[in-house]
This record gives sequence, structure tokens and C-alpha cells, in this order.
Amino acid sequence: MKNMIAIFRKQCKDTLRNKTVLIQFLLFPAITILMAHTVKIPGMPEDFFVNLFATMYIGMAPLTSIAAIISEEKEKNTLRVLVMSNVKPCEYLIGVGGYVWLVCMAGSLVICMAGHYGWKTGLVFMGIMAVGILISLLVGAVIGIGSRTQMMATSITVPVMMVFSFLPMLSLFNGTVGKIARFLYSEQISRMLSQIDSFELTAERISVIGINIFIAALVFMATFRKCDLS
Amino acid sequence: MDQERNVCIRADRLSVRFTDHPILDHLSFEVPEGTVFGLLGPSGAGKTTLIKVLTGQLCQNEGKAEVFGKDTRRLTAEEHRKIGAMLDNYGLYERLSVYENLAFYADIYSIPRRGIPDILKSIGLYEARKTAVSKLSKGMANRLSLARALMGQAKLLFLDEPTSGLDPATTREIHDILLQQRKKGTTVFLTTHNMFEAESICDYVVLLHRGNIIERGRPVDICRKYDHLNKLHITLTDDTELALDNNRTSASAVKEFLEQGRIRSIHSSEPTLETAFIELTGKGLQ
Ligand SMILES: Nc1ncnc2c1ncn2[C@@H]1O[C@H](COP(=O)(O)OP(=O)(O)O)[C@@H](O)[C@H]1O
Ligand SMILES: [Mg+2]
Repeated sequence: MKNMIAIFRKQCKDTLRNKTVLIQFLLFPAITILMAHTVKIPGMPEDFFVNLFATMYIGMAPLTSIAAIISEEKEKNTLRVLVMSNVKPCEYLIGVGGYVWLVCMAGSLVICMAGHYGWKTGLVFMGIMAVGILISLLVGAVIGIGSRTQMMATSITVPVMMVFSFLPMLSLFNGTVGKIARFLYSEQISRMLSQIDSFELTAERISVIGINIFIAALVFMATFRKCDLS
Repeated sequence: MDQERNVCIRADRLSVRFTDHPILDHLSFEVPEGTVFGLLGPSGAGKTTLIKVLTGQLCQNEGKAEVFGKDTRRLTAEEHRKIGAMLDNYGLYERLSVYENLAFYADIYSIPRRGIPDILKSIGLYEARKTAVSKLSKGMANRLSLARALMGQAKLLFLDEPTSGLDPATTREIHDILLQQRKKGTTVFLTTHNMFEAESICDYVVLLHRGNIIERGRPVDICRKYDHLNKLHITLTDDTELALDNNRTSASAVKEFLEQGRIRSIHSSEPTLETAFIELTGKGLQ
């Protein structure tokens, strides 16, 4: 517990000075506020930008930032020193993951405010975001643990993040893409967000998200076992 | 070497090659527990590479290396916990300040943070405590890395050129710190190209040249072995300079000069590790 808190605190200070990670956290909340307030096209669904950017936020921010944080610590050998100093790999991952999750939840809250939801809908929105961020964190952690350098992690995160965050957007315009994308958690989350007042937890939704979590956790465990953290 | 001490590090025909070029060439040595062991060699000799192998950061191509009796390719958390290492910016977070780095490790090692200012003063970094590690000079980062390594209360310390580029006062501080560590029973493995450092604080040294061990032993023993290099340098009143062997063969000549009152100055050059090194390689250590 002590180690997790120490890592969490270290990460707070570090991120404030790490522009590449910081921008991941701030970009989409900022764009959402900007777009939601300035762009009003007649006939556009209500909260179009909120849904769009919330989905992209889920697909990008947690994934790229945790992959960048873990791979940088691997590249610079700090993770090795931590493991040498009796920090258990899971303590490290919970410390860093918990930090990224909380920051992304704060960002989600900003996006949520831009949607001007009521209390109840707002809570549902945050709940959906929480699950989505968690899955992305697992995917990002897999990439971070599997990469030896930050460069290597970036070259993997970019295409992965494109799939998770752009397919849901493309499926808004193209039915064929939608048919494939519906097997992705981010697409299901995007659909729920767009009908946030009246969505139903259908069997498809639950199973797609459930299976996505299951696969992500499985790959995560396998990577965690196979690659040592240092 | 004391026979009854346990062996802390053991290397057996250890070789490392980079693109077929041998960097470490079949090195064999042992480091007894609780000693200060110096790896002495010029820049490029392979000192850092050896530390990387011994700390499990690099895999050898051939041979075997053991630390605490465990193969360095398979060190577990249990051994790692007992190892502290200082090389480059090893273990430092570049965006965090000097203080923040030590504060973080203090939390990790469960040491109270209030001891940090004293640690910083003892390594001469108190003034720079708010500076980000990325903005430190190499020497400063080295010292911070040393402080970090010491915080873990390791049983075995690997220090890569701990005093290179430091002023004499800070160097002495660091030597004191290392000797204190030895008193506590810590094994210190340090590299240096400074022969005075090796002579003054190492119990045992190995001279490394192009990846080969060319000499080993206690510094005094090595120096004694090269006693034939010990010369008497005599300047006569007529400005002639002479170098005579510092043994009985020169006695009659010196006696004669003395009786004739022809000697302006006389001094002897006791062999140092550096003279030994030059004798062995034809080159200096720097
Ligand atoms: N990653 C590497 N790839 C190729 N050559 C290397 C690498 N690292 C070190 N070397 C070479 O190995 C030799 C020994 O390097 P090093 O161990 O750093 O020496 P020292 O620490 O004694 O100055 C040098 O000639 C250096 O050029
Ligand atoms: Mg070196």
C-alpha cells in the first residue's frame, strides 16, 4: 500500500512536467468544451461532440499515457530499480494505473459537464467511462510491459489506439464499419453514450464488453507473466 | 585474500562481445564479502560493461557470473533487494527534482524523509535540491545516484566511477561514506581510473586493460611487486640528473656522491598502481 501511494505521488509530480502525457489528458476535455460551446450545426444530434470525444478519450488517453509511462520507466531502467527495491510489479501497476484512471475520470467529468446532463444521467455517463477507461488501461499496460523502449511503445499504441477510437467514429458514417466495430468495447460504449438517456443493457452490449474485458485481462496476465517488468 | 570470508561476487571466464569485438575477455575473479573491490582501468577498458553484466542488465556471451551465489542472468527480487547500483542516471527520474527523487525512494525504502537534507548536504547537493535531474551536471547526477543507491541499505554496492569529475573535498566525503559502508559489512565494487582512489580505499584491485585482467591483488602487494621500478632520482650540483636503482647496488655510488658533497637533491619514486599499469601496458591510466 505504501509503495502504491509513493508511486502515485511520484506520478502526479512527474506528469505535470511530462508534456506528451499531459497533453493526452487535457486535449479531449478541452476540445469537447470548445466544440460543444462554439459549433452548433442544425440537425446535428444533441451532445454529438460530447459522445464523439468521450469515445476518443477512452480509446486514446488511458492507453497511450500508461503505455508511455511504463515503457519510459523500462527504457530508463527506473522500473528495474523499483523492482530491485522490493516494489512488487502489481503494486507498481496499481499505483500507476490507479493514477491514470483517476486523471482520466477527472477528464471525463469535464467532458460530462460539457454535456449538461442531469445528476442521474451524469452518473451513468461516468460509470460507462469508468469501465471503458479500465479496459483501455489494460490494453495500454500490455503494450507498455511488452515494449523495451518508449519509441517501440508509441509505434504500437498508434495503430491500436486508431482502431479503438476511430472505428466507432467511422461507424457513424459507414454501416459496414459498424458491423465490425460492434465487437469492440469502444463502439458499444459509443453507442451507449449516444443514447445515454434511454439505452438498454442488451445481451450484445454486456457480452461484447464482458468479452473485451476478459480478453484484455487474459492478454494482460499473459504479458505480465512472460515479460518481466524490468 | 581472506580465506574465511564468503564470496560475494564470482566471475568465471566471463566474456562479452559486441559485434564479435571482445569487450570482456574471459575474466575470472572473486570478490570477498565486506571488502572494497576496485576495478581499475582506462576509459574504454570495459568497466561499465562488467557492472552491467554483474547487475543483470546485460547478458554475457560466455562464462558465468554469480552474485550471492546466484547466476546474474537469473537474479530474483530477493537478490536485487540486496544490490545497490550507481551508474549513469541509474534509477533517477529526470523530470523530478533532486529532492523529489530522494523523497520518492525514501518512501519506497520506508526511511523518514526528514533525513534527506542531511544526505543532500553530505554529497554537496543541498543547494541544487530543487533542480530537475535532467539539468544536473554529470558529476552531480552521479552523486545523487550514489545517495539513492545508499538509501536502499544494500549489502552489495556497484559504483561506476563514483568520484570522477569531483573536487577533492567531495571526493573525500564520498570515500568516507564508502569506508563507513565497509565498516557495516557492505561489499563495495567500484570502478575508477584514479589510482590514488584505488590505493587509498580499495582492499583489493584488478587492473583491466582492453577487457583483460592484467594484474590483481592488494594495492600494496602490487606496488611491492613492481619495486624494481623504484628509482633514486639524484640531481648533482653540476645539474646532471641520475636515476639509480633503489637497492644496495647503488649504495657505493650514492656514498661516493655524498662524500664528495655533490648531491643537490635526492628522492625515490616508489611504484604506484599507475607505474605498474604503465609498465604492463606502456600507457597511462587516464
Ligand atoms: N552497446 C555497445 N555496443 C557496442 N560497443 C559498446 C557498447 N557499449 C560499450 N561498448 C564498447 O565497449 C568498450 C568498453 O566500454 P565500457 O564498458 O563503457 O568501458 P569503460 O566503462 O571502462 O570506460 C568500449 O570500447 C565501448 O566502445
Ligand atoms: Mg564507464
